[in-house]
Amino acid sequence: MCLGIPMKLVRVDGTVGTAEVDGVSRKVMLDLLPEAAVGDYVIVHAGYAIQSLDEKEAKETLALLAGAGLLEGGP
Amino acid sequence: MKASVESFRDARTVEQLLTEIRHLSPGRQIRIMHVCGTHENAICQFGFRDLFPDWLTIVAGPGCPVCVCPATDIDMAVRLATDRGAIVATFGDVVRVPARTTLLEAKATGGDCRVVYGIDDAVEIARREPGREVVFFAVGFETTSCTTAAALRRGVPDNFSVLCSHRLVPPALEALVAMPGQGVDGFILPGHVTTVMGIRDYRPLASRCQIPMAVAGFEPVDMLAAILALSRRAASRERPSDPIFNAYGRAVREDGNPVARRIMDETFERCDAAWRGIGTIPGSGHRLRGAYARQDAQRRFDMTPDESIRDTHPGCLCGEVLLGRVEPEDCPLFRSHCNPDMPLGPCMVALEGTCHARYRHGRPARGRS
Repeated sequence: MCLGIPMKLVRVDGTVGTAEVDGVSRKVMLDLLPEAAVGDYVIVHAGYAIQSLDEKEAKETLALLAGAGLLEGGP
Repeated sequence: MKASVESFRDARTVEQLLTEIRHLSPGRQIRIMHVCGTHENAICQFGFRDLFPDWLTIVAGPGCPVCVCPATDIDMAVRLATDRGAIVATFGDVVRVPARTTLLEAKATGGDCRVVYGIDDAVEIARREPGREVVFFAVGFETTSCTTAAALRRGVPDNFSVLCSHRLVPPALEALVAMPGQGVDGFILPGHVTTVMGIRDYRPLASRCQIPMAVAGFEPVDMLAAILALSRRAASRERPSDPIFNAYGRAVREDGNPVARRIMDETFERCDAAWRGIGTIPGSGHRLRGAYARQDAQRRFDMTPDESIRDTHPGCLCGEVLLGRVEPEDCPLFRSHCNPDMPLGPCMVALEGTCHARYRHGRPARGRS
């Protein structure tokens, strides 16, 4: 039950949004993420967006791994 | 973002991280514990245990909220459906967890139990059936607790209440660390719980116990980066400036989700709570605050837990599995008497249960049926 799914927010109407992943779309509640905007990637759990995904941070993690010599050639 | 996600699944990166791990030579056994059912599933699915060197063991801790939900709470939910005429709505794996009976068995004998995806589906049932009492059996860690809080805050119909069995992860880690003979060299912190609660809740424990911690997401690169960082720290016994390594920076911030935290604080207060097969852990549960007394099913229906109920089936080692002391394969009931079709223990029922994950992804050990 504790399955968080990363989905793309495609519509926002107050505290209710629509999110999509792999062609599946569903209603998501935005009560816990009122700042979420169309185009954001959010983690959806039990019908609620619980956090947004930060692309800059994603790149920094990959860069950190590369910088530590883990990913020679880097992403 | 999509491109980034692909990077966290990149086969070459995975191979490089695995090579780095294999090149370490700690000179002793390193035991890393995760506390997240989704991590266990990822580890099993990716077959990581077969790829790690002999000195590295990844064990599963109490990371499945359905598994640790005490039999007394399941029993209260069953009695609400059978004796009190309430509609009990809850998650799909909760209805199959054994207590005196399961909720599914209660349904077979006339109890009204319904499976929902989340609390809002249960609220919708209450709106559609105003003449019935609807109880949402709220099981889950902080990731689910915040959705219960959000729904109650938004407002629910008068015939709706919550049987609250939420549990909190950081107090459980505190309790685990305090148990003698635990011997954990590093903790993988649960990605989803930490997206909500942030890293800060783990800081007091991390600085006190000096056990390295790393937050991991659920892609192979996320997990291996965390495992490599923990292995390195455990192997060298180095004490980095930040004792918690965040390998899931795209979703996990220091303060987590402040809105969710605030809504939870307004809705719940912390209480001592029982964990199935483990016992009572101080401050590890959420109960509804006085302002939500009307929505508290236990008060509304004056329910008392029946403490005579056994937590586990005779011979079932779920309690030990939840503490990472034994592997599911060590349980005499595993696979032969206890399987997903006929689960005897909670860890075999839930999709996030360690026994369930090992059954689904594991290979039968030699000499075992």
